Amino acid sequence: MVAHAKLDPMMPQPFTMRQVTKETSDTFTFTLEPPKGNNGTRFLPGQFSMLWVFGVGELPISISGDPAEHERLTYTVRSVGQATHALVSRKAGDGIGVRGPFGTGWPIDAAHGRDVIVVAGGIGLAPLRPVIYHVLRNRKEYGRLVVLYGARSPRDLLYRKELASWARQPETQVLITVDYGGIGWHGHVGVVTTLFKYARVQPARSVAMICGPEIMMRFVNRELETYGLRREDIYLSMERNMKCAVGFCGHCQYGPHFICKDGPVFPYESIRPLLDKYEL
Amino acid sequence: METLERIIEQHPFFADLDPSYMGLVVGCASNRRFKAGDYVFKEGSEANEFYLIRSGRVALEIFAPQRTPIVVETLGDGDILGWSWLIPPYLRKFHAHAIEDTAAIALDGKCLRTKCEQNHDLGYELLKRFARIIAQRLEATRFQLIDVYAAK
Repeated sequence: MVAHAKLDPMMPQPFTMRQVTKETSDTFTFTLEPPKGNNGTRFLPGQFSMLWVFGVGELPISISGDPAEHERLTYTVRSVGQATHALVSRKAGDGIGVRGPFGTGWPIDAAHGRDVIVVAGGIGLAPLRPVIYHVLRNRKEYGRLVVLYGARSPRDLLYRKELASWARQPETQVLITVDYGGIGWHGHVGVVTTLFKYARVQPARSVAMICGPEIMMRFVNRELETYGLRREDIYLSMERNMKCAVGFCGHCQYGPHFICKDGPVFPYESIRPLLDKYEL
Repeated sequence: METLERIIEQHPFFADLDPSYMGLVVGCASNRRFKAGDYVFKEGSEANEFYLIRSGRVALEIFAPQRTPIVVETLGDGDILGWSWLIPPYLRKFHAHAIEDTAAIALDGKCLRTKCEQNHDLGYELLKRFARIIAQRLEATRFQLIDVYAAK
């Protein structure tokens, strides 16, 4: 797949829809399989693909699957518009065009030997799930893994079974909070930043990876700094209107950066001045 | 077994508190345990204590007739519960409902209020520490109000 992207990044490859699973009332996880004869797809945690829904349009979607599984690509998408609705309505066996993977990944090498703090808000857990898979699969290469996950309500939580299973892994802490609890919810209620005080990590030797709504990430950055993390150890995944995915069209320009090519994962320090600009 | 004094000294809320004040605070402290389902306090009741939660979880609830209580926040290990003891008319604004078995240290707010009136340096020190918590909770509440995870 990487080889294809290098040859012609604008040419979609014909993948096949294998399975669609409903995560919440509006969010779905689906798996695509490559055409026969394809050697498999390698991607870095944090990268995205352009998915072509024939007759409808093309969408940038982060890969949410395990980077060690090359024989399929897994994505999680919130169905909020015509194209996403068409995408998750595809049946097993239907064709989907795939370009990519594109973009930068999470700093899994820079995090070697250090504690990893994953901070996710809402569907922001999807692009971070490959990091969690990677750290758990290569457990000895990392320090503690702490997943801090905030969602709107218990009904909006993604990957519930996996969250529970990750929490049982050694040297791993999974803390979940919701903005609005309901009857039967005995977990945390409050925004994701209120979880930091319960995280058992050494801030000075930690790397934080954050994905969620931009407002949330601003609050989280501030809180992580207060908590003792250095700015250079904080990474964010940004989202803009990506079209070509290779830095030609300029649709996703963000100050001097193109999100599709220079991101979507950025060191906080490199985009910090841009986060406060209304125009961007 | 840890003494109350040691637990309070090690709590982040009292970090670096002048040792001469620590004795005053410890003199107002006692251990408490709440079972899951117990109410630590109820809306409208007199606010004569605040709590350092040692373990467990407490939900701050707003009572709403003919519907289930609305949980606005949960507090857990290491959190401070209650500041109405500091602000007239010294009445609780929410229910505090233990949703897990909870161990806490109760600090007698009435006793501390008297000590703060007699010693304004102690009063200012405590007020600064509570102001920080109130500011953090206000910020978190504003963040919560934005409803950032709603579909665009």
